[in-house]
Amino acid sequence: MEGFTALYIFMLAAFTGYEVISRVPVILHTPLMSGSNFVHGVVLVGAMVALGRAETPLEQAIGFVAVLLGAANAAGGYVVTERMLAMFKSDKKKAGGHQ
Amino acid sequence: MSASAIVQISYFAAAVLFIVGLKSMSSPVTARRGIIWAGVGMVVATVATFLTPGMGNFALMIAAIAIGGGVAWWSGKIVKMTDMPQMVAIYNGMGGGAAAAIAAVEFVRHEAHGELTIALAVLGALIGAVSFSGSCIAFAKLQGLMKKAYRLPGQNIWNIALAGATLVVGLSMVLLSDKMTGVQILSFFILSLVLGVVITMPIGGADMPVVISLFNAFTGLAVGFEGYVLGNPALIIAGIVVGAAGTLLTQLMAKAMNRPITNIIFQPLSGEAQAGGATVEGSMKEVGALDAAAMMRYGSKVIIVPGYGMAVAGAQHKVWEMAQLLEKAGVEVKFAIHPVAGRMPGHMNVLLAEAGVPYDKIFDLEEINAEFPLADVALVIGANDVVNPSARTDKSSPIYGMPILDADKAQNVIVIKRGKGAGYSGIENALFYAENCRLLYGSAQQVAGEVVGHIKAMGD
Repeated sequence: MEGFTALYIFMLAAFTGYEVISRVPVILHTPLMSGSNFVHGVVLVGAMVALGRAETPLEQAIGFVAVLLGAANAAGGYVVTERMLAMFKSDKKKAGGHQ
Repeated sequence: MSASAIVQISYFAAAVLFIVGLKSMSSPVTARRGIIWAGVGMVVATVATFLTPGMGNFALMIAAIAIGGGVAWWSGKIVKMTDMPQMVAIYNGMGGGAAAAIAAVEFVRHEAHGELTIALAVLGALIGAVSFSGSCIAFAKLQGLMKKAYRLPGQNIWNIALAGATLVVGLSMVLLSDKMTGVQILSFFILSLVLGVVITMPIGGADMPVVISLFNAFTGLAVGFEGYVLGNPALIIAGIVVGAAGTLLTQLMAKAMNRPITNIIFQPLSGEAQAGGATVEGSMKEVGALDAAAMMRYGSKVIIVPGYGMAVAGAQHKVWEMAQLLEKAGVEVKFAIHPVAGRMPGHMNVLLAEAGVPYDKIFDLEEINAEFPLADVALVIGANDVVNPSARTDKSSPIYGMPILDADKAQNVIVIKRGKGAGYSGIENALFYAENCRLLYGSAQQVAGEVVGHIKAMGD
């Protein structure tokens, strides 16, 4: 990738991240941290490419570890975030029909 | 359409889904939709990657995804809600480790060319490795596997020296470029991993949420940098968006705790720091479950201040049952949540929501603080530092300046506490010695059960 094109992407992505999070209520800090933790689980894709190109056993071994860790980041991040956010739905219903 | 075009389009779609998903997650109404959109983006990107031209090792790849993904999915499903923060920490650490491992493959293959590319690969590897080992320590601390904060004499100097040494090795790799040696690569990774450990070791449990959030931002940056090395825009965009969002989140959390990030890293709350706090005068007065029940049952307003201790004891259901009984008896009950109650901002809201406490009973610090003087009873359950009046009055206290819940201003304060020890940060709490404060010893679960029994016996 062209150095400067990447620099522009970096800059715009940084602003996007900042904008997306500003004005978020405190109750969503933890789920949001968890959600952004899930999103960087996309490192799995990079790990797959690294392993896919690996040739020697050493490269394969490191690539294997990379994919293993990346997949754990993505899968674990998703489950944990989903469970936290599920709380918000159930409590709305209960708030309506007070026990 | 060629395979690589499909891959590129999929990455583009994934990047859009990630951003839309994160945006949705910043509002309670759309939050659930948000994680699902981001999830779809992840599946699209992952499936498309199999189509990337010139790849092999598919059996290994699928095995790694199945094992890593499966174990993480399963552990995420079974973990208790109270243990969520350390799970976020460990999954985040794994992401950092993956970014570092990607860089390692590129170094070993001598695949990365050009100074800028190698410099970013080195930087991403450093940040990713620090995030990995640091998050492992954070996990161990929150999980209770590592109780103490270890602090070397002259810790900051060691940290800086180690960081400097790591950067020097990294720089030498950039300069040697294609001719970098295995010894260099290995020592670089070892130094980076040790750096993550020594940075995190001295940090106390109370500051851990901010540190986890910081490592989350780190991993994002590491992923973004490795994305540049691989020429993969999905990694760049997702990584940098998370890096920026995580940095802002870290700042918001640090602000809520009134602990600047530099203080957390360089002057962790430690044993010596506490000695600075003034000693507390007075004595602790005990109260029984029956008296506590009567004080609340025949009061007109009760404010409950739940803390992590309540959540660990799994008492939130019992406490909510107690609150409902009190309401039936005509007592006004409110829950007061400190921004960092639990282990992370918002963690306590999630735990109370799980127990079925409705939104409109839960109040933030700013909303509720003026009401404490009007309350007959402030019931503090397993919370400590967030109600310590020293934060308001004692300049020598390590938590001076942290916004606190003014529970001490209620007519009566009842503190449910497991033992006589100090709080998570190890700081003595002046509230417990106050004239209007009574301590009710026992686990939150068992004590709340007793109080419920007594209130029931008092009838409507």
